[in-house]
This record gives sequence, structure tokens and C-alpha cells, in this order.
Amino acid sequence: MANALELKNVGKSFGSVIALQGVSIEAEAGAVTCILGDNGAGKSTLIKILSGVHKPSSGDFLVAGEAADYNSPRDALDAGIATVFQDLATIPLMSVWRNFFIGNEIERGWGPFRRLDVKAMKEITKQQLLAMGIDLRDTNQHIGTLSGGERQAVAIARAEYFGAKVLILDEPTSALGVRQSGIVLKYLLKAKERGVAVIFITHNPSHAFLVGDRFFLLNRGQLLNRFERNNVQLEELTKAMAGGRDLETLTQEIQAVRGAM
Amino acid sequence: MANSTDERVKRASVVTQLMRQPEVGALIGAIAIYLLFSWRDTTGNFAGLGGFAGWSDIASTIGMVGITVSLLMIAGEFDLSSGVMVGSVGLLIGLLVQEFNMNIWLAILIGMAFAGGVGLLNGWLVIKTKLPSFIVTLATFFVLKGANLAYTMMVTGAVRVTGVDKAPGYESAYNLFAFPFKIADGVQVQASVLWWVLFTAIGTWVLTNTKFGNWIYAAGGDANAARNAGVPVAKTKILLFMSTSLMAAFVGVIDVLRLQGMQAGQGVGYEFFYIIAAAVGGTLLTGGAGSAIGASIGAAIMGMAYIGIPYSQWDSNWTSTFLGLILFTAVMVNTYIGRKARGGKR
Repeated sequence: MANALELKNVGKSFGSVIALQGVSIEAEAGAVTCILGDNGAGKSTLIKILSGVHKPSSGDFLVAGEAADYNSPRDALDAGIATVFQDLATIPLMSVWRNFFIGNEIERGWGPFRRLDVKAMKEITKQQLLAMGIDLRDTNQHIGTLSGGERQAVAIARAEYFGAKVLILDEPTSALGVRQSGIVLKYLLKAKERGVAVIFITHNPSHAFLVGDRFFLLNRGQLLNRFERNNVQLEELTKAMAGGRDLETLTQEIQAVRGAM
Repeated sequence: MANSTDERVKRASVVTQLMRQPEVGALIGAIAIYLLFSWRDTTGNFAGLGGFAGWSDIASTIGMVGITVSLLMIAGEFDLSSGVMVGSVGLLIGLLVQEFNMNIWLAILIGMAFAGGVGLLNGWLVIKTKLPSFIVTLATFFVLKGANLAYTMMVTGAVRVTGVDKAPGYESAYNLFAFPFKIADGVQVQASVLWWVLFTAIGTWVLTNTKFGNWIYAAGGDANAARNAGVPVAKTKILLFMSTSLMAAFVGVIDVLRLQGMQAGQGVGYEFFYIIAAAVGGTLLTGGAGSAIGASIGAAIMGMAYIGIPYSQWDSNWTSTFLGLILFTAVMVNTYIGRKARGGKR
């Protein structure tokens, strides 16, 4: 079976700046594919290619085995690729149900009297969030009043409800505390169980190791390494990500400073 | 299965629910101002039909454009050319009639097409150049302001056009757009008031009940998030720039029919009335929140001030000062109420 999503030797440059070079990744349905990288590794550019914001400058972008050519996030969404952006996932001053259905509003009525089916949308929102274990007082409240983890969950539930086959999560845990991060990771696994190809982009190897099936390491715009779940340990992953030697040197330096105190 | 009496849902109190409406502050203000002028009134007319006919006339022309300006502001953009557009379209219609003896309906159509074009240009420039709409439309404002004066002088040799009532078809256009109707002995209400009510209803319907309304809030709330969710932000904003221009043109049509002519400086400065109406009505200047009915209530407050001040035998030169204080107080109260109603954050 073809991979749900695949990049083959993809590069992207902005003018003279090379943001990505020769990157190949695969994501399977029903698996969590982690893309790890430190700041400036090219994670953001990669997400923007996957979600249809940018087009790759070179290489192939395949979705379900077929070449993908997206001009906008809308195109990617229509192809079943939903992206939950780090802090751009929801609109704080809009109600929870309006956020849930934004861009996919349910309408009823005819001609000039076509209108939003508010009741249906509120009900579906409530049910879908309940299925994720979020019990809201009122779907009419502004989404800005929810916690960061809950907002991510709403975005994940929304992506799934609208038939995402590939779910891309951009640093979903980076701004969250330990407990909230755990909740988001749980939702992520739920999505995987339902057969979604989850792409989890993070700079936190511990979070990635908790849920990932396959790991891609990105550094300075290039693919540095790849690991499968059954042949990697957390220490190895952390080391590889921080550039191995660098971390050891850093550890020694820190210990030296601590020893001097 | 979701039951409306779900025991887990703590129902927000009626007061809180009411306070969540962005226009509630403006409504309280409107009632206060109505009571103030009814009390200070020296003519005995303000609270009656005569007073209503007076202030609703002023409020209607501010309110109509105020509604579209409010929608545009909710989407996160400004249009400073909306005031001068009233004059531009009125002058254009006047010139077409005066110079070519054109049928008024055709002239109105050309005037509307012109406004739609300028609105499209405003929107397109804002999207393409990514410059703030404040700057783009300020430029449009000054371009049109100069053109209004220069072109009118060039063609007519004077700073006004006249004789619109001699145009073929004037009667029917006047009857539809500008005819005052009698509501009591010696009291006439302008047709524009009916149009205003209609557009308030349409604006409210669009904002709260349609997909496009959802997109307006989304575009102003967070344009990036909206785009990522698949909302056509550029299209939404361009359409709003066009509706603002078209609504200003509509007021220009009403004015030129009523006055049977137009001054070259007409409309300049109105853009602030529209923004005041929208802001007093609870529209956020940063976008993302507001309402159409709020802008109409804001316009009503302004209409009442314009009529109430002379009725109270105050020096009407102070009207702008009064409006300035109203604007400040209203926005401050709106912000405070909004913060309380939303509970905590933001």
C-alpha cells in the first residue's frame, strides 16, 4: 500500500536562501511519524509545504501515491491533509462552535435565505469534543477562554471530523505544561488508532518518543537521520538531535561550572 | 442526544449573556442620551414624532455606511475614503445629468459602478501591497477629494452641480430613494430611514447567520488562522471594501436626489462619523468583534446629539466636542463590559 504521504528528495529555496535540501520522508496511515529538529532546522518550511502554503522548489510530493500540487491550504485540506498550527489554530474571539466549523460551515435554507445551521453545528461540536473527553460548559463561549491544551484538542477534533487522512501537528506541546502536553499526546494517539497518518513535529524528543513510530531528524535544512521505533532509545534520539558530541561537551561544561560552585 | 438542559452546563446568567452582546453598551448609552435630551429639551418636540423625524434623518445616512464600515472593521480593515465617496458619486451623477442630459437611472448605475470599482481597487491594493488599509484608503480619500473639486470646476466652472431634478427619470428615482412620507400632521420621515432599517437587518443577518459573516469575524480575528482553515480571506475583505464603497455611493444617490445637486466638498469628514458609529456600537478597532446593529445604535446616538443640542438651546458649535466625549466614554465602557462578560482572559 502506498504511503499516506511521502516527500522524495524535496528542496525549497527562498531566493538565495536554501531552507530545505534533499528531504525524503514517509508517513503511513495509523502511525505517528515524528519530525524532530532544533530551531532553524527547517521544520516550519516543511510544514508549510505539507499543508499547501508553499510549493517545493524541487523533488516530489506524493499523497496516497499520487503527485500533489497544492496552491493553497484549502487544496491540501480538500485532499485530506489537515494541519494544526502551533498558535494559529483557532480564533480567540470566536465561539468554540464557530471555530470548529470555520471554513466548513453547515448551511440550510434556500437562495437568499441560506443560513448557518447553528443548532446542528453546536450539537456536533459538543459531541465531538465529548468524544475526546472535553466537556464544555457552553460551546458558545469564546475559544480564547479555553486552556492551550483544550484549544489544540478542539483543532485536532475538528481536523478529524472533517475527514483528515493526514494530520499534521506543529509543535502542539511546546507552549504547554506537563499535564496539558500529556492530554494532547493522548488525543494524538487516539487519532492514530482511528487510522489517521499523524505527523508530529516537535523539538522535544521525550514527547516524540512517547508516541512516535518513526522518527526523522532534521538539521539545517537536511535530513540528518531516521529511526524506527523498535531500534532506538530515548537517549540515542536526544543525543542525535542535539548533535551528539555537542550535548556531551555541554554536559561536561555544565558539570564543571556546577563543580566550581 | 445533546440535551438543552444538560446538568453539566452551568448556564450563564441572563445578564451575562446580554452583556456578551457587543452592542449592549451602545444601547444603554442611546437610552441615556435620549433621556438627557428629552429632559433638557426646550421645544417639547424631541421625544415626539417631530424629534424622531429629525434625528432619524441624520442617523440613517450615517448608519447605512456605518454598518458596512463596521463589517469592514470587524474584518480588520479601515476605509477612510467612504466619506468622500458620497460626494464623488453624487457629483458624478450630477455631472452626467448636467452635461449629457443623461437619464438619472443610467447615471445612478454608472455612479454605482464607479464606486464598486474604487472599492475593488481599495481592496485589491490592500491585499496585493500588504500595506495597511489606513494608508491605502487615506490615499484614495485625498485623490478623490482633489478630483471632486478639480473635475467639478473644470467641467462646470463652479464648485457645485445643479439641476439634477431636470433629468429624465428623476421622479421615479426620487420616489424610490428619497421620498419623505408623512407619519403625522406636519411630520415627515425620510425614505432613507426605511433603507437604514432594511440595511441594519441585512447586515445583522449576514453577520450572525451566514457563512460570509463567519468569514468576516475570522478574517479580522486572525487572518492567518482563517486562511489555514480554508477561509478565502482576500475575497472576503475585497467584497467588504466594495460594499462599503457601494453603500457610500447609495447615500450619495439619496443626497443628490434630495438636494437636486451636490457641492464639491460634500461627504468629506463623514468617514469619521461612520467609524465613530461603528466604534460606539461596540466594533473593535483591531477587528474580530462587533455588530451591525451596534453601528446603527451608534448612528442613532449621533443623530440625537445633532438634533438634541439645538433643541436644548445649547450652542451647536459644541456638537463635535459632545460626540468626541461620547466616543471615548462608549469605547471605554464597551471594553470594560466586554472584558467582564468574557470572564477573565482578554
